[in-house]
Amino acid sequence: MRFEERQLPGDGTMGVVFACPQCGGEVAMLTNPMETQVVSSLGVKIGGTTLPDQPMELTRTFVADGRDDAFADAMRPRSVHWSEDATNRLGQVPAFVRGMVKRIYADYAQEHGISEITPAVMNRARSDLGLEGM
Amino acid sequence: MRNFRTYGEVPATPSHPVLAQVGDQRARLGQRLAKIHHIVPVVSGKGGVGKSAVSANLAAALALRGFRVGAVDGDLNGPSLAAMLGVSPEPLQVTDDGVVPAVGAADVRLVATDLLLEAADTPLRWRGPPGDEFLWRGALEAGTLREFLSDVVWGDLDFLVVDLPPGTDRIQRFLEFVPDPAAVLLVTTPSRAAARVVARAEALLSSGTRFGTVMNMAAGSCPHCGGTLPLFDAPADPGRDPHTIDFWGEIPFDHRLAHATDAGRPIVLDPDASRAATALWALTDRVLTECEF
Repeated sequence: MRFEERQLPGDGTMGVVFACPQCGGEVAMLTNPMETQVVSSLGVKIGGTTLPDQPMELTRTFVADGRDDAFADAMRPRSVHWSEDATNRLGQVPAFVRGMVKRIYADYAQEHGISEITPAVMNRARSDLGLEGM
Repeated sequence: MRNFRTYGEVPATPSHPVLAQVGDQRARLGQRLAKIHHIVPVVSGKGGVGKSAVSANLAAALALRGFRVGAVDGDLNGPSLAAMLGVSPEPLQVTDDGVVPAVGAADVRLVATDLLLEAADTPLRWRGPPGDEFLWRGALEAGTLREFLSDVVWGDLDFLVVDLPPGTDRIQRFLEFVPDPAAVLLVTTPSRAAARVVARAEALLSSGTRFGTVMNMAAGSCPHCGGTLPLFDAPADPGRDPHTIDFWGEIPFDHRLAHATDAGRPIVLDPDASRAATALWALTDRVLTECEF
């Protein structure tokens, strides 16, 4: 079976779609939130994410109540422009990991020659990088 | 009968090579630790015996001896090393190579959870689905300790002092990341309860591991005459041959040590200040000897 898609519909559930490479028939797998959390707690990426690990990514992703400025890359200036809608959407990301998420989108935009990050660009990046949860 | 392959024999798919990712984590850890010449965990099976104060002073004293020293506060839920080394939370710089550690007293490089949390009284909590936290909390704590070791830009270090939380399970967990530490310090107090827990901790260490016991709060000083006052009546362990215990030092109870610790200034910075400071320097020299310096 070939990996097709990963989705995080909410409440910690993860949906993964696999397809038969010959007939195209698809099978969907839903994991329950606890199982997803247990595997994620190992610090591994599941379901198509190919982005390299960020430093202390596990800690930064899972620690609640972290300081907004605990990591200085949250304030690292980037040359990519953020549209107002994209900025608002980024504001919905938990503060502790917002800097890391911002950097991921900025890196994606720079690597693809994109000068402005919009919600559409964020959607594309999420799909390409397997970041549906961000 | 069907012939099943093991999980390790199943080729990883390009989309989610979980096993390969775990292998990458271990490889990254190995590369980072390869630049650290001596890793010294400070442990005890029991809480409240003074591991963090010993860790902070050992790290500072080693740095004052001219060595390059880092410190990890492995007590994720009850961190105190940053405060003891006088480190205030400041944004940690992130580079492509990793997170740059904070710098404390005597230029000791440090990472700890209280550098990351909103306030000094913020408890460590984890994001995750409600309920069933007992199933995955341990994995996250182990993963965070791994990242403290592998994702911090320690650079070339002569010593990395790791202050571990109480509990023999934490020692086992740490030894999975660092199976061959240069030396292990077991901190105890002269009470039967503490000594027995330390004995359990000793049993976890392999026969080839170099370790020694530090007797903290060994005795107090009379504020009037300066005489020695034992704080505990109980012997270390009545069923134990004291000759089998390798004592690396005894640290007397001293209120000045507590004050220095609260002030974020390790007492070894003032070597003539107290008998506790003298004892901590002697302990440091013993650790250096054990590490063949």
